[in-house]
Amino acid sequence: MSQLEIKDLHVAIGEKAIVKGLTLTIRSGEVHAIMGPNGTGKSTLSKAIAGHPDYTITSGDVLLDGKSILELEADERARAGLFLAFQYPSEIPGVSIANFLRAALQARLAEGEEIDATAYYKRLYAKMDMLKIDRKFTSRSVNDGFSGGEKKRCEILQMAMLEPKFSLMDETDSGLDIDALRIVAEGVNTLRGPNLGVLLITHYQRLLNYIVPDFVHVMYDGRIVKSGGKDLALELEAKGYDWVKKELAAATAA
Amino acid sequence: MKPLSDTDTLPAPELEEPAVNPVVGIDQSAGNFTYDIKYDFDAGTGLSEKTIDYISAVKKEAPWIRDFRHEALKKFLAMPMPTHWATKDLENINFDKIRYYLAQGQKPKRTWDEVPDDIKKTFERLGIPEQERKYLAGVEAQFDSEAAYSNIKEAVAKQGVIFVNSTEGLREHPEIFRKFFGKVIPTSDNKFAALNSAVFSGGSFIYVPKGVKVSHPLQAYFRINAENFGQFERTLIIADEGSEVVYMEGCTAPKFSTATLHSAVVELVALKGAKIQYITVQNWANNVFNLVTKRGLAHEEAEIKWIDCNIGSRLTMKYPGVVLKGRKARGEVISIALANDGQHQDTGAKMIHAADETTSNVVSKSISVGQGRATYRGQVHIPKRLKGCKNNTECDALLINTNSRTDTYPAITVRGDRNATQHEASVSKVNEEMIFYMQQRGLTEGQAMSLAVNGFINDLARQFPMEYSVELKRLIDLEMEGSVG
Ligand SMILES: Nc1ncnc2c1ncn2[C@@H]1O[C@H](COP(=O)(O)OP(=O)(O)OP(=O)(O)O)[C@@H](O)[C@H]1O
Ligand SMILES: [Mg+2]
Repeated sequence: MSQLEIKDLHVAIGEKAIVKGLTLTIRSGEVHAIMGPNGTGKSTLSKAIAGHPDYTITSGDVLLDGKSILELEADERARAGLFLAFQYPSEIPGVSIANFLRAALQARLAEGEEIDATAYYKRLYAKMDMLKIDRKFTSRSVNDGFSGGEKKRCEILQMAMLEPKFSLMDETDSGLDIDALRIVAEGVNTLRGPNLGVLLITHYQRLLNYIVPDFVHVMYDGRIVKSGGKDLALELEAKGYDWVKKELAAATAA
Repeated sequence: MKPLSDTDTLPAPELEEPAVNPVVGIDQSAGNFTYDIKYDFDAGTGLSEKTIDYISAVKKEAPWIRDFRHEALKKFLAMPMPTHWATKDLENINFDKIRYYLAQGQKPKRTWDEVPDDIKKTFERLGIPEQERKYLAGVEAQFDSEAAYSNIKEAVAKQGVIFVNSTEGLREHPEIFRKFFGKVIPTSDNKFAALNSAVFSGGSFIYVPKGVKVSHPLQAYFRINAENFGQFERTLIIADEGSEVVYMEGCTAPKFSTATLHSAVVELVALKGAKIQYITVQNWANNVFNLVTKRGLAHEEAEIKWIDCNIGSRLTMKYPGVVLKGRKARGEVISIALANDGQHQDTGAKMIHAADETTSNVVSKSISVGQGRATYRGQVHIPKRLKGCKNNTECDALLINTNSRTDTYPAITVRGDRNATQHEASVSKVNEEMIFYMQQRGLTEGQAMSLAVNGFINDLARQFPMEYSVELKRLIDLEMEGSVG
C-alpha cells in the first residue's frame, strides 16, 4: 500500500506561477481524475511531480510513502515508482521500443544483474497483445513517426512494462479513435489494482465511462476548486466550466 | 640511435588479468596501460637522413625503397603545414621530439607463444588472440613500429591470399608491391603522406587473387606503447579482379602526458569487379595527433567502402577517398566521429569521379560534446565530360551542449548536366525534452545521453560487423557517461 501526497504545491515556470497551492493525496488502488480548462496547469503539475528541470517548485511538497521526492532527479523518481504518460510523448530516433524498454528495466536492476532476454520478450509481447499493438512496432524507433494514437498506446505499453506505483496520465485519451480509446481504457483497467494509483488528466467525460474514477477533481487557475465522485464529471459535461467558475466567484465574494 | 645488435633480455612483466570482452581492444580505458619495453631497435629522437638510413638498414631494404624514403623526406621538409585551411594546432607537433622507429624484433611471430611476453600480454589484455580464434581470417598485431604477430588462417592462405606486414610485403612480394605502392597516394599528396613515405614501418600488405572471396575479415591492430613516439604504418591492399575482402583495423595508445603522433597512409586498389570494405574503429588517447591519408582506386565495376569511426585523439584529420577510375565503379564513405572535450575531429570524404556511370555515397555523422569540435570536409568531383554519375552526400551533426562546435565544408563540383548529386546536411542539438522523457523512464542522464547518441548513429552502426557495433555502443556509453555532471 503506497501513498502519493501532494501538499500545497506551488510551481513556477521561470517567474510565472502556474500551480498555486494544490493539495491531493492518492493511495494505491485509487483512480483520481483531474479535469479543467486549457492552460490551468494540469500538465505543469504532472511534469513538476515527475521532476522536469524547467519547473520550479516554489513551495509545498510531494511525498511518496511519507518521504519527500523533491530532492530526487527525474530518473530517481521514476525508479522509485512514478510514471508519467506524457501528453506529448517525445520521439527518440534510432532507439527501438524493445531496446528502450529493456534499458529502462535494466536501469532498475542492481549492478551486475542482467535482464533475461527470453523472459523479457515474452512479457513484452504479452503486453503488446493486450494493447493490440502490432509486434513489428518492437523494432520501430520510440514514437518516431507514430500517429498520435500510436504514441498514446506506446505510453501505456511502457507503463505496463515498468509497473509503476503511481501513474500520472496526461490526456492519454486525446488523439485516440473510438476503438483505440476502448483498448487503452481496457489496458489501464487491467493494470488497475491494489498496487497502482492513477492520476488521470482528461478533458472528456467519455474516458471516464471506460475508466471509472474513484474521485473527480476540477482544476482551475492552478488549484483544485472542486472535488467529488464520478458524477461530478457528468455534471461538468452538462454544465461546462462556467458553472464552476461562477460557484468559485460566489464563494470568494462571500 | 641504438646499434644494430640483437639482444634478448626482457624486463619482468607487470601482470594483470587479460581482458575478456572480444573487442575490448579498442576501448581506451582498457587500453590505458603501458609496459616498459626494452627496444632492440631504436632510431633515436628527431628526424634526419640518418634516421631514414637507420630504418632502411634495419629492414634490409632494397635501394629503390631507400631512395624513395629519401625523396619523401625532402618533400616533407619542403612542404608547408596545411594550416591555411586546417587547424593551427598542427603547429604544436614538434618533429624533433618524436621517436620514429622502435621495435623489439624484426620478424613477426606466427604463433602467440613465440611473441615476447609483455607484448603478448599487451595484446591479451586487449583481447586480440581471443577475437582471432572467434571470427577472424587473419590478424596482424603491430606494437610501435613493427608487427609482433601476424598470421593468416591456413584455409585462407591456401586460396593464395597474402596478408603480411609492409616490411615482409616489400621483401617477399616486391613485384606486386612495387607495382601499386605509392600510386594511389603519391608522396607529395600532403605533408603527412610525405612524412609517412619517409619513415613508414608496419601496416598491412594484402593481396587477394582473382575471384577469391575472403570469407571472414582480416584484422590489424595498432598499438602504441612508447612515449614521444610516432607510428607510421603503411597499408596496401590489392583486390584482384572479382575478389572480395573485408579488412578491419583497431587502434589504441596509453595516455601519456606528451603528444603522440600517428600518421598512416592506406592505399586500396580494387581491380575490375572487386570489392573492398575497410573498417576502422579508432579510440586514441586524447593527446594523439592522428593524421591519416586513406584513398582507394576503384576500377571498372569495383566497389570500395570505407567505414570509419573516430573516437578519441586530440586532433584527427582524415578524409578517406575513392578515385572512381573505371566505368560503373562505386565508392562509399560511412563515417562516425565523436569529439569530446578537448578533441577535434576533422573528418570527411573525397570522391573523385573519373569514369561514366560511377556512383558515390557519403554519409557522415558527428557528435560534439562539451568543448569538442567536429568538422566535416567533403569533396566530390565530377568533371563535365562524364555522364551518368551520381553522388549522394549526407552529413548530420549532433551537439550535446552549447559550447560544442561543428562546421561543415562540403565542396561538390559537378560539371555538366548529365550527372546527379544530392546533398543534405543537418545540425541538431540533443533535445532536452527527449532526455527528460528517457529519464522519466528511469534512465540516468548519462544513460539517456548515450542512448540518444547511439540512436543518432544507429543506421550507420548497423553496417558494422556485429562485434564492432556492440563495442562501438559500449565506447559511446563510456564517453557519454563521463560527459555529464
Ligand atoms: N515551458 C513553458 N514556458 C512558458 N510557459 C509555459 C510552459 N509550459 C507551460 N506554460 C504555460 O503554463 C500554463 C499552464 O500550462 P499547462 O500545459 O500546464 O496547462 P494544461 O492545464 O495542461 O492545459 P491543456 O489542457 O491545454 O493541456 C499555460 O499558460 C502555458 O502557456
Ligand atoms: Mg496539458
